[in-house]
Amino acid sequence: MSKTITIDGKTIPFEEGQTIMDAAMAAGVYIPHLCHQPEFTPHGSCKLCTVKVNGRNCSACTYPAMDGQDVLNETKELVDDRKKITQMLFVEGNHFCPSCEKTGNCQLQAVAYHLNMLDNHFPLFYPDREVDASHAEVMIDHNRCIFCALCVRASQQTDGKDVFTLSGRGIHKHLVVNAQSGLLKDTDIDATDRAAHICPTGAILIKRTGYQVPIGERIYDHKQIDQVALETEHLKHGE
Amino acid sequence: MKQFIQGIVGNNHQATHLLQILRQIQSRYHYIPEAAIEQLSGLLNIPRTQIIGVVEFYSFFHLTPRGQYELLISDSITDHMLGKKNLLDYLENKLGVAVGEVRADGVVSLDNTSCTGMCDQGPAGLVNGYALTRLDRSGIDKIAALINQQKPLSEWPSELFQVDDNIYKPGLLLNQQLEQGAALRAVLQRGIKETLTEIDKSGLRGRGGAGFKTAIKWQFCSEEQQAERYAVCNADEGEPGTFKDRVLLNALADQVFEGMTVCAAIIGAKQGFLYLRGEYLHLYDKLQNILDRRRRNGLLGSNILDAGWDFDIEICLGAGAYICGEESALIESLEGKAGIPRNRPPYPVTQGYLGKPTVVNNVETFLAAAGIAVNGGDWFAGIGTEKSKGTKILSISGDCARPGIYEYPFGVTIQTILHDCGADDVLGVQVGGPSGSFISDQEFERKLAFEDLATGGSFIIFNTSRNILDMVHNFTDFFAHESCGFCTPCRVGTSLLKKQMDKIVEGHGSAGDVVALEELCQLVKNYSHCGLGQTAANPILTTLERYPDLYQSRLKEISYEPGFDLDGALETARRMANRDDAGAHLAQIEANEHE
Amino acid sequence: MANKIRVATTSLAGCFGCHMSFLDIDERMLQLAEVVEFDRSPLTDIEHCTNCDIGLIEGGVCNSENVHVLREFRNNCKILVAVGACAINGGLPAMRNHIPLEECLNEAYLDGIGVENAQIPSDIELPLLLDQVRPIHEVVKIDYYLPGCPPSADVFWKFLTDLIEGREPSLPYELVHYD
Repeated sequence: MSKTITIDGKTIPFEEGQTIMDAAMAAGVYIPHLCHQPEFTPHGSCKLCTVKVNGRNCSACTYPAMDGQDVLNETKELVDDRKKITQMLFVEGNHFCPSCEKTGNCQLQAVAYHLNMLDNHFPLFYPDREVDASHAEVMIDHNRCIFCALCVRASQQTDGKDVFTLSGRGIHKHLVVNAQSGLLKDTDIDATDRAAHICPTGAILIKRTGYQVPIGERIYDHKQIDQVALETEHLKHGE
Repeated sequence: MKQFIQGIVGNNHQATHLLQILRQIQSRYHYIPEAAIEQLSGLLNIPRTQIIGVVEFYSFFHLTPRGQYELLISDSITDHMLGKKNLLDYLENKLGVAVGEVRADGVVSLDNTSCTGMCDQGPAGLVNGYALTRLDRSGIDKIAALINQQKPLSEWPSELFQVDDNIYKPGLLLNQQLEQGAALRAVLQRGIKETLTEIDKSGLRGRGGAGFKTAIKWQFCSEEQQAERYAVCNADEGEPGTFKDRVLLNALADQVFEGMTVCAAIIGAKQGFLYLRGEYLHLYDKLQNILDRRRRNGLLGSNILDAGWDFDIEICLGAGAYICGEESALIESLEGKAGIPRNRPPYPVTQGYLGKPTVVNNVETFLAAAGIAVNGGDWFAGIGTEKSKGTKILSISGDCARPGIYEYPFGVTIQTILHDCGADDVLGVQVGGPSGSFISDQEFERKLAFEDLATGGSFIIFNTSRNILDMVHNFTDFFAHESCGFCTPCRVGTSLLKKQMDKIVEGHGSAGDVVALEELCQLVKNYSHCGLGQTAANPILTTLERYPDLYQSRLKEISYEPGFDLDGALETARRMANRDDAGAHLAQIEANEHE
Repeated sequence: MANKIRVATTSLAGCFGCHMSFLDIDERMLQLAEVVEFDRSPLTDIEHCTNCDIGLIEGGVCNSENVHVLREFRNNCKILVAVGACAINGGLPAMRNHIPLEECLNEAYLDGIGVENAQIPSDIELPLLLDQVRPIHEVVKIDYYLPGCPPSADVFWKFLTDLIEGREPSLPYELVHYD
């Protein structure tokens, strides 16, 4: 008899070692997330994937699935609060979608669309952040960084480098690159690195590719992120 | 500098020592120079980003030069209650340097710092890491003169650095005189398993506040199938208003170390750490000497008591980060990293320091364990309440005649404590520090115990002359400053709480603002990654529950008001356009402007 | 038609793009005109709004006049709607928030390339700039938000027909865009 958990009443099997996120995605159940990608060690920082496990809030991407867990995912309370957490991510940075190359392909935006987020709810911080366009092929717009550490992990775990790290504390958290000058051009990043392509927002972009697909025909313009994530991320689980 | 860094790194090229190395560089150069980062990156074989990540995480490290005298003034609410604000203004004037700045000649820098654990003898501060107590104008005159003469700290009068224990009410633990090695001999005599049984029987629960049963934690750790295990003493006493661990380590360090050694025997650890908060640097040499003496006396190191028992203790200093009091953040910090709490499970008892099973306990827990090892479980279990055995050592500060250290059996009422420490006209008590609860004068019959008011030991008294919102404001700022920034709800939420409190305290609150505040509190509380975020809204939530009128009275009877100063937002434009006519101003609240 | 729904619209620190997009409802405007009449709006010559049901605000708040207009709308509209990116988060004009206002004015009127007769404009008829551009919900209470830069004509249509037909307005996935 294989072990199972229930998510919103639906019985879902899992294998030993899987997280709730792993089990859910494999079973075609979407749990919103931004800092999680199945190919990297889970981070558990964005908190969008918070689910209620036997009455207690847990991050689905880091919490192990255990036999008999009763998991709530799509309750009104969780969905409302996920929207507020997404709004927090928007107000702490400078996310002006109309001027961003990533618009339509951006997961932050897509999660917000999915949650039907129509406003920012909170006061905006308008932090002063830099753009690093020093590298010939890759650029960083710090205004859009959400500190998910996907680039940090991709660089370490896939590229075998250490191009990025998250530094600072509290609201002063920021991304730094591995160069004395502090500039991307002086790091060993290549445009073909996984880290250069993993950013869920428009913080790390490949130059001169932003408008190859017109706005209106992009990933999330007509497809919701739940569908996209289940199609693309689920496949990687077995690997 | 190259030689200096080579010297401190020595032959130990482990990145786990990064924090301790950076402490020495900061102390010598008053910042972490770029060249040092480059050199360390090579010596320790870690990316420079990792070093920068650590430097920028801890308050006591800086990438740009601070003064040769780094002066920090404690920002605890208790320091404020003792007139900190005036003193700081005086200090700024006297030294000719603004808060947050370095004086042009580079001699002195001045800044605020989170509670330094001297709440019973404040206003307090730190100079180059060393504790300053009982600051007053004459003390500041002296300090300013010494700094301006550039006198080395060793030549400063010792009374500036005098730290008192102020033990007013000793109890079971504080009265206990243990002969050195007594607990260790007791373990050998009774047996390791039997000692654990006594700890279990004692009902001892962790003294840091969470109250996990000590015997169970030790047993879990001992059952892990691993060759290496670690015993860690958490002396990162950062909760504002708490200072009992400082006193325990000053007065009873041998017993604390003995408790750690008992733990090591039970869990099978060969190595232990005392993680001492950076603010307690003044205790470092003394504690090292005690460890040395214990090694010489065969109570520590290899072959303890000639019983083939090996265990040693290393002291690691923190560098100004409240979050490192959280056990998994503390372990990260011990490993030389930024103190970011880990995802759990796995818990430290299965995967802690360097991924090995690790017990982390509070100073007071180890102290109690030493006593229990000698006297047996019943000695401890005989007092306290059914669910909370033994005693609790409290750090009492704020509005009372005798602030200091008090030890009570669990189950003591707030009223009794207030009477003992000479507190009159009390408005309320903050129990357990900012992350705890505010207890109003209607609740003084409540008891200190895990089943009623759990506390790590902070007990701050407020009399009726105090403004509760000032306290909440101070605590809310504290959490925003100390949030590690890892998870969204805490990183952004604590800053939003600060903004929302500013709005209300500054009188810009309107009808919906308290509801919005409470909503935000719940979000931060329910979704944050660790205890810091989960308790960061407590100051607001516990006072909102008890004094809703206090908040409502700050709100205007209108449905909405901007959260920022509208007229102030026109100031620059007004000045540059050289205007001051009526059209150059805006009212904060809408008047009927268009009839 | 005494019981027509009265709608007022304005553009604060915006580009009128949202208004243009509104006009893109094309022939549906005729349908709308049967149940709606416009009060203060660039579409009419009415200078101040009075007793409106719905106020549509495009653009953020960048100067003192914006504050006065916004307050007039709030005082006179039962339902106030933030329309488009700038009204919701400051949008493009808010990109100046990272530059101190003093530097902005110096660059524009004193030190900039090609500036002649350098002086900061000073006339009581001119509104003064706020130090930062603000979304409108930070100045008055807002009831609904229509995101987009601009929101598409269908967004306006869906929102207004929902309101007119007495439904709680909602936007389906395809109509929610920030770009």
